[in-house]
Amino acid sequence: MGSRASTLLRDEELEEIKKETGFSHSQITRLYSRFTSLDKGENGTLSREDFQRIPELAINPLGDRIINAFFPEGEDQVNFRGFMRTLAHFRPIEDNEKSKDVNGPEPLNSRSNKLHFAFRLYDLDKDDKISRDELLQVLRMMVGVNISDEQLGSIADRTIQEADQDGDSAISFTEFVLEKVDVEQKMSIRFLH
Amino acid sequence: MEGAELAGKILSTWLTLVLGLILLPSAFGVSLGISEIYMKILVKTLEWATIRIEKGVPKESVLKNSASVGIIQRDESPMEKGLSGLRGRDFELSDVFYFSKKGLEAIVEDEVTQRFSSEELVSWNLLTRTNINFQYISLRLTMVWVLGVIVRYCVLLPLRVTLAFIGISLLVIGTTLVGQLPDGSLKNWLSELVHLTCCRICVRALSGTIHYHNKQYRPQKGGICVANHTSPIDVLILTTDGCYAMVGQVHGGLMGIIQRAMVKACPHVWFERSEMKDRHLVTKRLKEHIADKKKLPILIFPEGTCINNTSVMMFKKGSFEIGGTIHPVAIKYNPQFGDAFWNSSKYNMVSYLLRMMTSWAIVCDVWYMPPMSREEGEDAVQFANRVKSAIAVQGGLTELPWDGGLKRAKVKDTFKEEQQKNYSKMIVGNGSL
Repeated sequence: MGSRASTLLRDEELEEIKKETGFSHSQITRLYSRFTSLDKGENGTLSREDFQRIPELAINPLGDRIINAFFPEGEDQVNFRGFMRTLAHFRPIEDNEKSKDVNGPEPLNSRSNKLHFAFRLYDLDKDDKISRDELLQVLRMMVGVNISDEQLGSIADRTIQEADQDGDSAISFTEFVLEKVDVEQKMSIRFLH
Repeated sequence: MEGAELAGKILSTWLTLVLGLILLPSAFGVSLGISEIYMKILVKTLEWATIRIEKGVPKESVLKNSASVGIIQRDESPMEKGLSGLRGRDFELSDVFYFSKKGLEAIVEDEVTQRFSSEELVSWNLLTRTNINFQYISLRLTMVWVLGVIVRYCVLLPLRVTLAFIGISLLVIGTTLVGQLPDGSLKNWLSELVHLTCCRICVRALSGTIHYHNKQYRPQKGGICVANHTSPIDVLILTTDGCYAMVGQVHGGLMGIIQRAMVKACPHVWFERSEMKDRHLVTKRLKEHIADKKKLPILIFPEGTCINNTSVMMFKKGSFEIGGTIHPVAIKYNPQFGDAFWNSSKYNMVSYLLRMMTSWAIVCDVWYMPPMSREEGEDAVQFANRVKSAIAVQGGLTELPWDGGLKRAKVKDTFKEEQQKNYSKMIVGNGSL
């Protein structure tokens, strides 16, 4: 039953998630109750269908790719821990986190991890390169039927040309730097405390 | 033998009490004031419980856990701003940021799906089913809760089941008998009497306390009454204050028996499932109904599904194409005494009714609103939206553009296409599209 939700989340698990993701205790509790309400199968994991049932996500042109980001390679279920790990990419970077020691593990919400999230939306075959084909697929998802193949092709060519530095006609993660973009702001959601 | 005799005696005393104290008063529409006393005690108890809970739990965490606070603060800026560019700018790799953020926000918190599950309460109302954040707080509170369980299940439940049983059987028998009479004013009068009496009994079976506001705007004959929809008992709530011709699909089971009996006495409009799809037929039959000014106002719930008492969703335009005067009605339940929302994908009708009968009470406000009609140059969709806004404002409900049908169906592709079109315009400019 849904009403038992918060009791099922063990304290140790909550502590671990807190450490890994940086979310606060009450944020985790609230997100857990969201997780259980999305979990229509009531088996402690979410499937792709569970995500697709959110109308505002279903109408998102990149909805399918975003949902994909929650599922590790070859799996079709995600548990609460994995769910939180993906959400953590969108936690804003707080002031005290910026000056963190460089030796510790990089927090999930770092600028580079945020960029990685976006990069993986393009890089479907996970070869750490955005090929022309992969770029075209994402473009097509975003524009639908409104732009001709020819026009879209020239957009893809121009984009690759601008970003490509080593001449392999693809965009690697090092070329996907987006220096001028305020990644911290654009890839952050204001989670309430 | 003695045991049987004793049981018989208890049963007959029980029925006499029910008859004398509840049935007869409801038949005449008077109140003995018992339910008022019950409500007063209830309000006091819940107030006391709230104070205890606040004492027992540090204030801060109560606030944090309460549902009134969302999880995130959404970035409502439009696409143009989110993409940081003007129309006609070029595609940039960072454009996916905007869609990712929107998508993630929807995963964490969305406007629609939460409306299809029970509303969360700010403070616990001593029902176990709503106890999400409050577990053991104090001994006294637990004792009161145990007492509450005993009262609800051992006193109220049997009483309410008896009442509901009597109410429903009276309705079926009464309407069937009245249905034998020839059409005429006597039949109409008797039919209304039966409907009203039985609804009053059934409302008492739920300890319903209903406050009607602006009675001068009560829906008139020959009009269409539209209301927001939380539960099947909306019908009871409204009929207690005046009869309506109902529109709906023919059901099976208990509902079917009631429907078939009712239609004999009163011209309700029931459709077979197959007929429901034929929009022209539906419109035609409704038009015929309102053309006859002597017939009762039609009652329609244009959302087409139950929403959890916090918002009003899209009004289907069908009811607004028929013409005639629309009498909007806003219904808002007080969630403190029991959750009236019917989560039909989780509970069937009977278990829903049992939940209702083991709640504290059903308390709700009904606002009759000034009649509205379609303005010149306004199409049915615009008119539907105008009525929806009016109801949302009056009932203090959130207004949502989404279709309540999303509870079961997938969202239409046109919404996604709309987004794609907007985005395309931005990266290619107006000229080429």
